[in-house]
Amino acid sequence: MMDTGIATPAPAAVEIALPKPPSVARRMFGHPGLVIGLALLGLCVAMAVLAPLIAPYDPYTQNLDARLIPPVWLEKGSWAHPLGTDNLGRDYFSRTLYGARISLLIGLSVMLISGIIGTTLGLVAGYFGGRVDLVVNFIITARLAMPVVLVALAVVAMIGGSLLVVILTLGLLKWDRFAVVMRSATMQVRSLDYVAAAEAAGASRLRVLAGEILPNVFPHLIVVATVEAGSAILLEAALSFLGLGVQPPLPSWGLMIAEAKNFMFFSFWLIAIPGTALAALVLGINLVGDGLRDVFAPEGRA
Amino acid sequence: MSGTALTPRRKASLLEVKGLTVDIRTPSGPLQAVRDISFEVDRGETVCLVGESGCGKSITSLAIMGLLPRSATCRAERLAFDGIDLTTIDRHRRNDLRGNRMAMIFQEPMTALNPAWTIGEQLIEVHRRHIGKGDKVARARAVDLLAKVGIASPAERLGQYPHQLSGGLRQRVMIAMALMCEPELLVADEPTTALDVTIQAQILRLLADIRRDLGIALLLITHDLGVVARIADRVNVMYAGAIVESATAAELFAAPRHPYTQGLLACLPRPGVTMAGDRLGTIPGVVPSLVGGITGCAFRSRCGHAVPACAAPVPARTASPTHTFTCVHAHVGEREPA
Repeated sequence: MMDTGIATPAPAAVEIALPKPPSVARRMFGHPGLVIGLALLGLCVAMAVLAPLIAPYDPYTQNLDARLIPPVWLEKGSWAHPLGTDNLGRDYFSRTLYGARISLLIGLSVMLISGIIGTTLGLVAGYFGGRVDLVVNFIITARLAMPVVLVALAVVAMIGGSLLVVILTLGLLKWDRFAVVMRSATMQVRSLDYVAAAEAAGASRLRVLAGEILPNVFPHLIVVATVEAGSAILLEAALSFLGLGVQPPLPSWGLMIAEAKNFMFFSFWLIAIPGTALAALVLGINLVGDGLRDVFAPEGRA
Repeated sequence: MSGTALTPRRKASLLEVKGLTVDIRTPSGPLQAVRDISFEVDRGETVCLVGESGCGKSITSLAIMGLLPRSATCRAERLAFDGIDLTTIDRHRRNDLRGNRMAMIFQEPMTALNPAWTIGEQLIEVHRRHIGKGDKVARARAVDLLAKVGIASPAERLGQYPHQLSGGLRQRVMIAMALMCEPELLVADEPTTALDVTIQAQILRLLADIRRDLGIALLLITHDLGVVARIADRVNVMYAGAIVESATAAELFAAPRHPYTQGLLACLPRPGVTMAGDRLGTIPGVVPSLVGGITGCAFRSRCGHAVPACAAPVPARTASPTHTFTCVHAHVGEREPA
């Protein structure tokens, strides 16, 4: 049966001229949401990084002679304090700059801690399934039964509030969405042929998880990570507003809103400025998340 | 081959499968996907598993590679690769074997390559895992193999992602990947089903060439008797989870003995015999449900020669030293020479 014309050599494969797909950079700049998000996020990062260089005053120095000066565009405002001063005479522009550091630090570290916990749980549950999945699912359900704000309040009330406590508490609480999304995404990818192909090629379990599955659930991971970072920043602001997060005199945006609430009817900028900064940062992070998902998961690569 | 008609051939086979049974748990009870099948693959030999969808041929290949889904349980009197028992092997030793000495090609080249890595990264990874002589050596081998499987400008292809390749090219890449570590056994699960007809012929020819040039044993899973006729040495016809007929390709096509095989062959047009306007054969009915197990001949509900004795366990019959089949009839409707 071997003589049925098989012996002739295979023809040289057809050369197909492939149009070069648009580069990642091109796709990123063609996505307006991503561009706006990157601009907002970049602005906040620049504020945080360059704070010591730009800030005209020390954010902690009080000057009781210059209390509640309005920003420069209002009557009685002056370029000496572009965003005015607060009730203790501290330069509001400087405090807003330094506040970006706290918010970004919280967002990033909470995202990392909860991301590592949640992604590990989700990957393991989705990949191994069976009993492992059952146990992880129970842990996720148990976690979902705890209201984040309430638990965070209780912990902070017991241990006392500080930046570190807020980061750890939120980080150890906010992994649930990572776990749920990673679990279902992993289950989907796990059943695809290339995972079986990798196993058939002798890849170890760790190698399959880290090398085959993780890169393919990454678009989902990016979205969850950005949403969670934004939500962590808002939660920190909420905790600080309640007096249980970052403690004075640290310039956290949430804390600045809290300190300003007694003056908001006469000096509205005290609450409007950190509020706007907070909204802009969270909006920026969310836009970047959505944009990255679109850029990294085009049809051809799913 | 031994002289006496009834002595089965006994050589040290590369792959020995004896009494392999695979059950799959389903909500309506255990499904016997593979029922007590036995076959062997010798070094350098091409063996085909043929049968229609759902007859258990893919499950058999997965069982050999140790890739069965969690819901499946697998039992075998003997399932051995080069004397290594695959039923008791631990995970790490199995991983050392897979991709290295036994490799697999999947049916669907569109999903069998990881979209997140370039072709080169995926090819080199296999080499790194099993041979580990450094990425330079692996890269050179990858380029060699891509050229061997008929891919033009292989060095440039290494940097491309799977979505930039057509289906035929991807299947060639899959074959190259399977060959990276010079395996002794290549399991190909319907490697041409997802490809269009012209590419199918090219890929088949490539597989046959590679098998001949490298002396690899090939276990080819297919539903396409045309494929079988072109490249098989031995053929095992599966129906409803069991092997109903096993013969050399020449014997099978010249004188099929099992009614199912005869039915399958009757479905194919034969040059010089089938005339324009002739109706091709069909096999009436559908494959029986495999839930709950089957006694007797599974084909009896669709067989034109069924008798009451078919409901009892059916004897295995020998037509020649290399030709066995399971049917109550020793001679049934033998096709007159064309």
